[in-house]
Amino acid sequence: MTGFAALLARDLRLVWRRPGDVMVVLAFFVVATVLFPLGIGPETNLLARIAAGVLWCAALFASLLSLDRLFATDYEDGALDLLLLAPWPLELAVLAKCLAHWIVTGLPLAMLAPLMGVVFGLSGEGLGALCLTLLVGTPTLSLVGGLAAALTLGARRGGALLALLALPLCVPTLIFGAAAVEAVAMGDGFVTHLAILGALALMALATLPWAIAAALRQAGE
Amino acid sequence: MKPASLDVTGLSCRRGGRPVFEGLSFGLAGGELLALTGRNGSGKTTLLRALALLVTTVTGEIRWQGEDVVLDRETWRRQIGWLGHLDGLKGDLGVRENLAIAARLRGEAPDRIDQALAAFELEPLARREVRTLSAGQRRRVALARVASTHAPLWLLDEPLNALDAPSQAALRTTLGRHLAAGGLVIAATHAPIDLAGARILELGR
Repeated sequence: MTGFAALLARDLRLVWRRPGDVMVVLAFFVVATVLFPLGIGPETNLLARIAAGVLWCAALFASLLSLDRLFATDYEDGALDLLLLAPWPLELAVLAKCLAHWIVTGLPLAMLAPLMGVVFGLSGEGLGALCLTLLVGTPTLSLVGGLAAALTLGARRGGALLALLALPLCVPTLIFGAAAVEAVAMGDGFVTHLAILGALALMALATLPWAIAAALRQAGE
Repeated sequence: MKPASLDVTGLSCRRGGRPVFEGLSFGLAGGELLALTGRNGSGKTTLLRALALLVTTVTGEIRWQGEDVVLDRETWRRQIGWLGHLDGLKGDLGVRENLAIAARLRGEAPDRIDQALAAFELEPLARREVRTLSAGQRRRVALARVASTHAPLWLLDEPLNALDAPSQAALRTTLGRHLAAGGLVIAATHAPIDLAGARILELGR
């Protein structure tokens, strides 16, 4: 467990030393979502209806934006070899790196999204649902994106390929995340949606670390 | 604890359908250094990576203290201090920070760092960020990282690269101390390592 904590602390410290990388992602999220009201015009009803989908899509793109560096930096400076040679399971190392990614992108995105929801005229409950679904859904995005990042290590044009691999796998999370906010707008509960998002996250947690570790071992050869 | 011993029998590796090396057998006991020599592309790096189980297309047997290393990979990885052709350092972290984190990633106490920094004359640079260092200084930090581990077997890929004469002497002193303490070293190298009792395995003949 010390190795897990050490790796998590290292990745967070690296982000702390270069906060610009995270700021760019959050700024992208803000700018991308603000463009929609500007493009569509001040039709409050229409904006409120598409808000959930737009915010979820923007969060998805924003979290993908930072994922191509998730393993690439370690691959380029040789630190990946040290992780492969650490005397504890690589799956845990993968989990530590994905957790670090979630803390610096998923978590701030979930906090920022309700603020952007105000721009779209979402109701108070809608904002709460948006924040909660993002909190439960973004870990899946980090893990799925982690798999795509590991598979595209060392590939040319890895960034585009990464998006192409990860986006289809994120569709279920996107559907239930956006649907939860719409359900609240219709006056229904969103517990079912939240439960399904949680189930998706747990499924990703139970399977993807092994797949990512296998991909990293392949890349390390 | 049993004395450290490494036995390799019939190690072969194929990459891209072509054999890199075939039927390699050698043994190494505590206090011994094996220098891997050979031309570019003769498989020195691949052999080091195969010994560390980083390459999977390998047949043959690697035994550590009589036990097949494939049976308990984590114990085997604990025995290895690794220096690849990349330094494995984080540019945004300081010299001492890098070493401390590397030790914790191996699950070891960071208690040999001062000694390792002193051995490679890195104390004045201990707080500097690694990205501000020269290539040779970085290599010294990477070597200090290996020296600060508790691992008995050091696998070094071109350890003399980018090192100036005083640093090469420091490396020889450190290697000598490690061997005297019963450690093992396998180093891929172009330049002669000039250490008493070093054995040589020439690849690609």
